[in-house]
Amino acid sequence: MSNHASTYEPKSATAKWWDERLPVPRMMHDQFVDFPTPRNLNYLWTFGGILTFCLVAQLVTGIVLAMHYVPTADDAFNSVDHIRRDVNYGWLLQAMHATGSSMFFLAVYVHIFRGLYYGSYRAPREILWILGVFILLAMMATAFLGYSLPWGQMSFWAVTVITNLFSSLDSVIPGLGTGIVEWLWGGYAVSGATLNRFFSLHYLLPFVIFGLVILHIWALHVAGQNNPTGLNIKTKSDSLPMYPYAVAKDAVALFAFVIVFAWFVLFLPDYLGHADNFIEANPLVTPPHIVPEWYFLPFYAILRAIPDKLGGVIAMFASIAILAFIPWLDRSPVRSTKYRPIYKWFFWLFLFACLALGYLGSKPAEGVYVFWARIFTAYYFAHFLLVMPIVGSIETPTKLPGSITDAVLGKSPGKSGATGGGGVPAGATAAPEDR
Amino acid sequence: MANLWQFAPLKFSTRLHAFLRNLGLKAAVLLATGNMACGTLLFDDDPLEGGRSMTADVEDPNRRDILVVAASAFSAVGAASLIWPFVHQMNPDAGAQALASAEFDLAPVQVGQAITVMWRGKPVFIRHRTAEEIEAAKKVPVEDLPDPLSRNDNEPGTPATDANRTLEGHENWLVMVGICTHLGCIPKGQTLADSKGDFGGWFCPCHGSHYDTAGRIRKGPAPRNLDIPPYTFLSDTKIRIG
Repeated sequence: MSNHASTYEPKSATAKWWDERLPVPRMMHDQFVDFPTPRNLNYLWTFGGILTFCLVAQLVTGIVLAMHYVPTADDAFNSVDHIRRDVNYGWLLQAMHATGSSMFFLAVYVHIFRGLYYGSYRAPREILWILGVFILLAMMATAFLGYSLPWGQMSFWAVTVITNLFSSLDSVIPGLGTGIVEWLWGGYAVSGATLNRFFSLHYLLPFVIFGLVILHIWALHVAGQNNPTGLNIKTKSDSLPMYPYAVAKDAVALFAFVIVFAWFVLFLPDYLGHADNFIEANPLVTPPHIVPEWYFLPFYAILRAIPDKLGGVIAMFASIAILAFIPWLDRSPVRSTKYRPIYKWFFWLFLFACLALGYLGSKPAEGVYVFWARIFTAYYFAHFLLVMPIVGSIETPTKLPGSITDAVLGKSPGKSGATGGGGVPAGATAAPEDR
Repeated sequence: MANLWQFAPLKFSTRLHAFLRNLGLKAAVLLATGNMACGTLLFDDDPLEGGRSMTADVEDPNRRDILVVAASAFSAVGAASLIWPFVHQMNPDAGAQALASAEFDLAPVQVGQAITVMWRGKPVFIRHRTAEEIEAAKKVPVEDLPDPLSRNDNEPGTPATDANRTLEGHENWLVMVGICTHLGCIPKGQTLADSKGDFGGWFCPCHGSHYDTAGRIRKGPAPRNLDIPPYTFLSDTKIRIG
């Protein structure tokens, strides 16, 4: 899609001067104004734009909060209090940043499940998808590091528990895990040295995410957007220019999203946090029930479901790593789950399993909760390793529309005169990679 | 033979092999003689050079190669060694290491009581055990324990008997790092009101590990018995940890 002919015409002498030297306006016009966008995109496709907004919001609020925050064991907790009470509009900026992380994950999970449902990971979008997995990993690392900064009880013990995951490597090479953990801590326990380096890395990683996002968008503009039918853009009538059509739709969704965001920031700023984090970090007392932020709960449930420490750690990291392989695990001849009568049920079961793991991650690791966490952990992996290849191979997809235009206008192939598009080229629907 | 090499398309592995062999020969000649030019004759069957070096001596292209290789190797080793300061700066600093030992007075701790002291930024549990607690710990056969090792820095590698979990002559005192070996939470059991778990010792609320009255893991996800730090009794009631 990126190779569509440029339609940019510099309108002034200055524009022309720039165009001959650094054609950024031409690139912006070709990629974000005149870019061919499938005409059938639904609201689930607006989350890419929403996520860009989230990243920028987190960067801007984070940079200004860093002007007031003190990353030392003695002052960190009080400096957050100081931001919330004394700094001008600190109450707003702190709430935006803390709530913003939850909003960011909410949006990214919708974005990921949209990709899973419509097969956006399938060829030729494998690298686009894998870049997304890396972005998710970087987001999780950033959120974890950021959660340590308020230096409350939950901050302190979340850092303790998660960094201790690496000590499980002691069972591979004695001393390796302990060495890594003490290296991460900069001491023999979580301390001010740990907090200081976590602050440094928390400031760094968002810029890494920013770079990955640029590559992600680049890859998107090479392959072009997927759409609810999973069909490729074949004729001019299948697409619309990004501006104003897709941009306007993105804007509507973004405003709706910002209303939810603002509701939390203004009315429920601490709802998504944990009460224990209003107690300053105390290395001598563990809170009775350590839980991560909601967006980590499914992974926490997987970690605790495995009775072996190293095994739990491996399963938790594998639950994310496995996403990178699904472009090759899914054997279906079509992209979109819309046309997959059997897989459709497994998709909803998978979503249910993820939500169930989230619920179980918030519960104590005992009794029936452990039993169900094991069942759903097993399904989580079975979905990718068994369901995707097997169902993909045996299932007969329902009849696909001839083109995106047909899907929108309900016409049979070749009768699309009113839409200004040509017919579907013979055989275009036959190639599996185009479906 | 040399001409054949010159015209045949070379596989990557062949090129790599030739490059490495060349590198090794050149280094050997340089080290042995300190003379780069005399290496010329050795290389006349070099598959990459195709025998051209036969005709060159003073203006030998190999002479330039070795400068490039030596300079690159030195730069690469130099750059790589510079990584270490950037990695090592994150390890515990001199200040953290300096807190390695601390002394405590145990005189006020009555039988059945426990105190928590800080050592190297970690809590250390010191329990003045009752006779029943010691008896209960002694009764357990070592082969029934999930972790059969004592985890005692004073007696490394010994089996996890109650005697090996304490110091001889001071069996009533149990001194352990109060950090759960699963994921680093602080187990409950130090105060009277705390849950002490199914074995009367300690209970970690995070993921449900139960420790007995000798601090040994009995049930739950923790892989090891609670660690015992290096310590000595300076007198009957004075202890130095570290």
